[in-house]
Amino acid sequence: MSPFGLNAYILISALLFAIGFFGVLLRKNTLVIYMCLELMLIASTLALVAFSRFNHTLDGSVFVFFILTIAAAEVAVGLAIIVALFRKRHTIAVEELNTLKH
Amino acid sequence: MANLLFYIFSFLTVGGAALVVYNRNAVNAAMFLLLSLVGVAGLFVMLDAALMAFVLLLVYAGAVVALFLFIIMLLDTTPGSQKPFKKATVAASTIGGALLLLGVVSMMKRGSLSSDATEAAVPTLKNYAEQLFTTYLLPVQVVGFMLLIAMLGVIVLSKRFTVTEKTP
Repeated sequence: MSPFGLNAYILISALLFAIGFFGVLLRKNTLVIYMCLELMLIASTLALVAFSRFNHTLDGSVFVFFILTIAAAEVAVGLAIIVALFRKRHTIAVEELNTLKH
Repeated sequence: MANLLFYIFSFLTVGGAALVVYNRNAVNAAMFLLLSLVGVAGLFVMLDAALMAFVLLLVYAGAVVALFLFIIMLLDTTPGSQKPFKKATVAASTIGGALLLLGVVSMMKRGSLSSDATEAAVPTLKNYAEQLFTTYLLPVQVVGFMLLIAMLGVIVLSKRFTVTEKTP
């Protein structure tokens, strides 16, 4: 059912990862930075599933289960940190969170 | 038909991701993240991994994006108060992302990835369960324990600890 080879899927995955990376570097809102991190995780997931399909193994797809679990835990902890940060500093813009610099 | 579906899903994926980065409003960004996820789930279905597509939508759309929206609305950051991006930041991040993409593409060009496009048996739920409960039994246990630790961490982080001095 897949008319394109492995290269097409890896290209999409790389594009998605690059966009996520670009967003992490560019954006200043911590929540949007988190979303871009999620995009990078999903890109790696797509690459794993594509490799798994075109090599006729199941290991890549099983690994995706673990990535999804880790991603869910990461989001929960990260958002809790953001909420705690907002409570203390009343901002989530990264350019204002520079206490460690000085 | 399958060609068209591949183009549609990859367009959804990449376009949604680009709009996540571009959008000023965090709520809209979360919605475009959802769109991008739907595209990836469609690509998973095309890769004969319908179960993974289902799990992806369940975990991300059901839990992660909902949590994001919840936190965005809870924090209530005004979208209009953001400063525009610095030119140096834009240039540096564009160059960084482009170099990353260029590296992957040139690596793919140099040695074509060996792909066996012959039709194989579509993995069923039973195959996944067999793998998860035999080869990957220990990682499953470790991941379950890690979820427990993450839950405890979230409780500790979001609880307000007030020092109550016991006066004798």
